[in-house]
Amino acid sequence: MSDAPQVSVECQVNGSTVVLRGHPMDRLLAVLRLQLGLTGTKEGCGEGECGACSVLIDGKLVNSCLVPLLHVRHTSITTIEGIATGDRLHAVQEAFIAHGGAQCGICTPGMVLAAVSLLARNPEPSLDDVRTALAGNLCRCTGYMRIFTSVLQACRQ
Amino acid sequence: MSETSIGLSRPRREGHAKVTGQARYVDDFVLPGMLHGITVRSPAARGLIRRIDFGPAIPWSEFTIVTAADIPGRNRIALIVDDQPCLAEDRVNHPEEPVVLLAHADRQLLEEARRHITIDVAAEPAVFSVDDALDGTTIVWGTDNVFKTYAVARGDIDTALASAPVVVEGEYETGAQEQLYIESNGMIATASPEAGVTVRGSMQCPYYVHKALMALFDLPEHRVRVVQTETGGGFGGKEEYPSIIAGHVALLAWKSGRPVKLIYDRAEDMVATTKRHPSRTRHRTGVTHDGRLVAMDVDFTIDGGAYCTLSPVVLSRGTIHAAGPYSCPNTRLRGRAVATNAPPHGAFRGFGAPQSLFALERHMDRVAAAVGLSPEEFRRRNFIQTGHTSAVGQVMREPIDMNALLDRALTLSEYHAKRARFTEINPALRVRKGIGLASFMHGAGFTGSGEDHLRSIVALEADAGGRVKVLSSNTEIGQGTNTIFAQIASSALGVPDDVIEIAPPDTATVPNSGPTVASRTCMVVGKLIESAAHSLRRDLEKVGLEGERFDVETFRRACAEYTTRFGTLRATARYSPPPGLRWDDETYTGDAYGTYAWAVYVAEVSVDTATFETHVDDFVAVQEVGRVINPVLAMGQIEGGVAQAIGWALYERIVWREGRMVNAEMTNYIMPTSLDLPPIRVYFEERPYAQGPWGAKGIGELPMDGPAPAIANAVAHATGTDPRALPLTPESLMALMETARV
Repeated sequence: MSDAPQVSVECQVNGSTVVLRGHPMDRLLAVLRLQLGLTGTKEGCGEGECGACSVLIDGKLVNSCLVPLLHVRHTSITTIEGIATGDRLHAVQEAFIAHGGAQCGICTPGMVLAAVSLLARNPEPSLDDVRTALAGNLCRCTGYMRIFTSVLQACRQ
Repeated sequence: MSETSIGLSRPRREGHAKVTGQARYVDDFVLPGMLHGITVRSPAARGLIRRIDFGPAIPWSEFTIVTAADIPGRNRIALIVDDQPCLAEDRVNHPEEPVVLLAHADRQLLEEARRHITIDVAAEPAVFSVDDALDGTTIVWGTDNVFKTYAVARGDIDTALASAPVVVEGEYETGAQEQLYIESNGMIATASPEAGVTVRGSMQCPYYVHKALMALFDLPEHRVRVVQTETGGGFGGKEEYPSIIAGHVALLAWKSGRPVKLIYDRAEDMVATTKRHPSRTRHRTGVTHDGRLVAMDVDFTIDGGAYCTLSPVVLSRGTIHAAGPYSCPNTRLRGRAVATNAPPHGAFRGFGAPQSLFALERHMDRVAAAVGLSPEEFRRRNFIQTGHTSAVGQVMREPIDMNALLDRALTLSEYHAKRARFTEINPALRVRKGIGLASFMHGAGFTGSGEDHLRSIVALEADAGGRVKVLSSNTEIGQGTNTIFAQIASSALGVPDDVIEIAPPDTATVPNSGPTVASRTCMVVGKLIESAAHSLRRDLEKVGLEGERFDVETFRRACAEYTTRFGTLRATARYSPPPGLRWDDETYTGDAYGTYAWAVYVAEVSVDTATFETHVDDFVAVQEVGRVINPVLAMGQIEGGVAQAIGWALYERIVWREGRMVNAEMTNYIMPTSLDLPPIRVYFEERPYAQGPWGAKGIGELPMDGPAPAIANAVAHATGTDPRALPLTPESLMALMETARV
């Protein structure tokens, strides 16, 4: 609303410096989608349960629906739009396409980020590691089996 | 020259857009000058609306406010009986029924405004259970609270039951289930009396929405346009309900003169939209001492909620599937859908069949035990075979081999060894093990004469550049429509897949090929695409295109020549029933489905006797689905369906309070996570079905039918209890086990 306090928050998003504006408690999810047009970050539940809004903040996987704008000052944020290198997809993205890891696609950006985050800290995860790492990202289509396959195959790339 | 792509795991066509975040779902669109919409809902389950108060703290003149009085056409959601209003007028019949719509540019202010509207309802007695609905003390719908009944009998059930050596009775219940697509429902509309109505959004069935909007606005078909945006899961939950949201958002756009977006948040989606029908099934089964079925008397009741909506057709499928894959000379199937004052229950993968098959397959284990046979041997003695007649009088002409499926499932799951070992070791264990099975089938396509009434039509259009566009109203909702349609079209044309484009479902440009429901997209609509492709190819023979397979350049030259000489190259195909199919709507007998997919599933579970938690440890799914068009997509369908069914069996419990879901959050409505599911091992038997494209049958709903009874049977094995109701939460299992101990 018009009388609400406004803040300006400088941060890095997908490698570029940006200044985000809004109420200090605005949800990062909404700011990314509306101010930057980064609509690859999805809202599934709005309460931190489903992981569809996952982004990386300073390399850590978080639910952007629970992150207030003020908290991202001077951080580095990676969204799904920042995962491919130019036209070259990340191995996780390639594997999701090849092995059926995406169906309806609404959980996919968050799921890809969760997988990328896992592989960054554990390049050779076991199936159990994958299951644990993805437990905060809900998928209603796949039963997860092909997502597991995709992540494990991506490690081999 | 390349072979056809049938049977190859072509990557999902829109996969790149989905993994990069470029795929655009309805909430990703922002139109210039766009307002946001919100729905103000009934606080009460049933009663007369006395007044609607708009609190003084809100600048109401800034808002677009819509009530039933603003509807230009008929205040009904056009579907089957047309009893459901788009907006309640003088009375409400369920909690959360839409009453008032608001639009404003500021979403936060909109949410605040919603809280300042008070809908004052003079409450009337309401009905919240199947028993209360049938009791008849309070009538909330029609003259008897009954939306629809079916009764179909073969042989002489009463005599057969009276003379049967063994009769086993049982009552079984299943709870409601939320579809829980991860993209909640939403729509965007532009509308004006001059331009008509255009709605874009998340949906399975553009022409259902189109039909509903025409009636609501009293507009001819060409002035209503419905476009599907990328859809983040449906599972039936976006079959009928999107017509309501489309109506609402279009009314707001019509009145405000601005584009309006209406997106449900998760809580609203869970509390207000449809769920799987709760059910109660009663079985009386007569059987000989050597385990032959002689009588099956099934009474299947579903809770339809406050309006009829799709309940008659859910009931129909559930009733027809209630006798399962068995042969029995004397059968009586009775089904009834009743009214309660909950939000209408609706389509959800399986569409009534998972409910009646849960009851049947749990019951079959009990009947087997009553005659001293193992679950598998009892089934083996009673499986329906090719040439047998089903409980609705369908002579099964297509090949059926349930025994082969059973054998394979038992072997792959190491059923016999595990069953014996678990039985032996369980008494000493706190965490007990069990293994159970279910055998079942699912009819593909609309029931009975349904496809005849739909008369679906598809078109293929080739341009001079040799690109072929598939035009259909069937939607990609994650199940792979785009990819398999391209495989079917390219294979029938004899060209590489990348020549094919799939037109976006937009009622302004695609013909009505029917809804994306009922496991019909691949089998029924895919077959039409195959036919249209053959027809297009015959057209190209006029310009000398001959052979089986063509490279891109040869095909392009032929298309170019054709369009130069004859103009537009377009072929259509319209559904006509396969020869020999007969169905009688009056007696409800005949060929209920053109064909069925058949399956045997085996579940292995652990049950912790201290915490009463059940975990599925292994799952084997063996099915005969005709030809598999795309193995990765097909396995994904089975795995996903099994996962949803495991959720329904064990975790997903809706807590009702006076017709309202009170746990409408992902925090306390629990769907399976990546840690909860077993390995889901999927195996296909492929027996081509002549009326499906390259022999394919329907596949989407099948995997929802079998897991719950297989799990319940495994829990029975592990614990020695007799589970009769879903979900088998720790609380319900504790009650069962404490009763068993007494």
